[in-house]
Amino acid sequence: MDIESIKQDFPILKQRVNDEPLTYLDSAATAQMPTPVLKAIEHYYQHDHANVHRGTHTLAQRATAAYETARQKTAAFINAKQAEEIVFTRSTTESINWIAQGLSELIKPNDAIVVTIMEHHSNLVPWQQLAKRTGAELRLIGLNDRQELDLNDAARKIDSRTKVVAIAHVSNVLGVVNPILKIGAMAHQVGACLVVDGAQAAPHLPVDVQALDADFYAFSGHKLMAPTGIGILYGKMVWLNRLCPSQFGGEMIDQVAQQTATFKPVPWRFEAGTPNISGAIALGAAIDYLSQFGMRAIAEHEQELAAYAIPKLLAIDGLTLYGPQDRHTGVLAFNLAGIHPHDAATALDLEGVAIRAGHHCAQPLMDYLGVNATLRASFYLYNDQKDVDRLIDAIKATKEFFENGFEQA
Amino acid sequence: MGLSKLNYLYRTLVLAHASHPHHQGKLPDATAQTTLHNPTCGDTINLAVRIDDDKISDLKFTGSGCTISQASASMMGDVLIGKSVSDAQQLIQAFSNLVIGQKISAQAQEQLQDAAILGSVAQFPARIKCAALAWHAAQAILKEN
Repeated sequence: MDIESIKQDFPILKQRVNDEPLTYLDSAATAQMPTPVLKAIEHYYQHDHANVHRGTHTLAQRATAAYETARQKTAAFINAKQAEEIVFTRSTTESINWIAQGLSELIKPNDAIVVTIMEHHSNLVPWQQLAKRTGAELRLIGLNDRQELDLNDAARKIDSRTKVVAIAHVSNVLGVVNPILKIGAMAHQVGACLVVDGAQAAPHLPVDVQALDADFYAFSGHKLMAPTGIGILYGKMVWLNRLCPSQFGGEMIDQVAQQTATFKPVPWRFEAGTPNISGAIALGAAIDYLSQFGMRAIAEHEQELAAYAIPKLLAIDGLTLYGPQDRHTGVLAFNLAGIHPHDAATALDLEGVAIRAGHHCAQPLMDYLGVNATLRASFYLYNDQKDVDRLIDAIKATKEFFENGFEQA
Repeated sequence: MGLSKLNYLYRTLVLAHASHPHHQGKLPDATAQTTLHNPTCGDTINLAVRIDDDKISDLKFTGSGCTISQASASMMGDVLIGKSVSDAQQLIQAFSNLVIGQKISAQAQEQLQDAAILGSVAQFPARIKCAALAWHAAQAILKEN
């Protein structure tokens, strides 16, 4: 892939930050949008903007067709059996909240909900709340000594009382791909529902929800080169039919009387109110953009970048890399001995290198790793080896500053 | 620009406070204490204060944080110990104004001692919370008092 020409598709990357060329290494937080996505939003608002599913005029028809086309593109992108299995939400967080709330009535006090220690808060706190409401027990699967998911622990924690197993497809900190097939088999063996948080996976590797046998799969548009405010909730039709809607009102109803209402079929019964139409259309455009390269090639590109970066990072004295020390997805969390990640991130920013510092919305994992926070560099299609080189140089300069360079320059 | 601007934020004085913080530890005879978190980074400060006759007679902090938050807590202890509650509240307000880039009086500037140097954090908006964390904790305690 010609990354130099791909970079040209991202106007935001062509800028200087603090007088240095911008090196954007925070795509795990949010990804940048290419020109075709920006143009799709502009085109929609300049030519087709109208409300969906309720107008007879031409613009309303166009908007509805574009919105439903985005649903079909999303279904094809993750190989859903049918477009009706795709519900548009606000975010991964909202998708998972709707699943957790919608399953409330199926969870009883003696049941167990199983998650993992590496979950983002968005795939932990909704289940904590569900457990609290229903009296169910919440269990967390731990890590093995490679800082990958401990499958023996999973086998112990997923038992006949388990009703839900909720797990990240890819960790937003450790850079590992979880063995969804194995966990799913354990879950389905005991009749539990398998919920997969795909926020860090769907943008970065090929996802086939049928092959994964996921009962639910959630991800966000904004990590996938679409705007913020559009999320995706995939569910097997049989599970979506069991799920109670979390929100009620316009758009989602079939018939309304003074005291009662009936609802539209899945997926529209979940989409109360005017949805994020331009967000969905932009998501479709982002999927088109990514598909021209192919998710397989994108995953390989990011893994190659990680493989290029890891030995360079490990060669830096005092640097601790979290997760496996060899293979990674394009997410690298690390710390520098004696330098707080916030101090380091400010220094890196002055060198034009944008990376994340903090707990990455994964405080139980931070506790497990024995840290308050880490630095995190993350890659996407538009990053290349030069970006990695700039990161490494900036880390070295930062170390030099905090270890030796206290005098006023 | 590179790292030259860092010198402006991480003055020798700031680094000295961070590496050897004053007033760090537990205060067994505290009359009030509170724990605050910086939700964006997970940093924590536990601040304990002893107030006698409307005066802050001692103050100690524990917790973990970046250079800026640790230095700021250290500097704050130097400023607040020995002050009356109302004087302390005024200085906390002055510090809060200072770190968001507002002008404060020369007198307040002087009373803030080393902490006045953290006015430079105003140019690093992402770090204002780090500088303010300990002072927010003190403010919460004094409000309760």
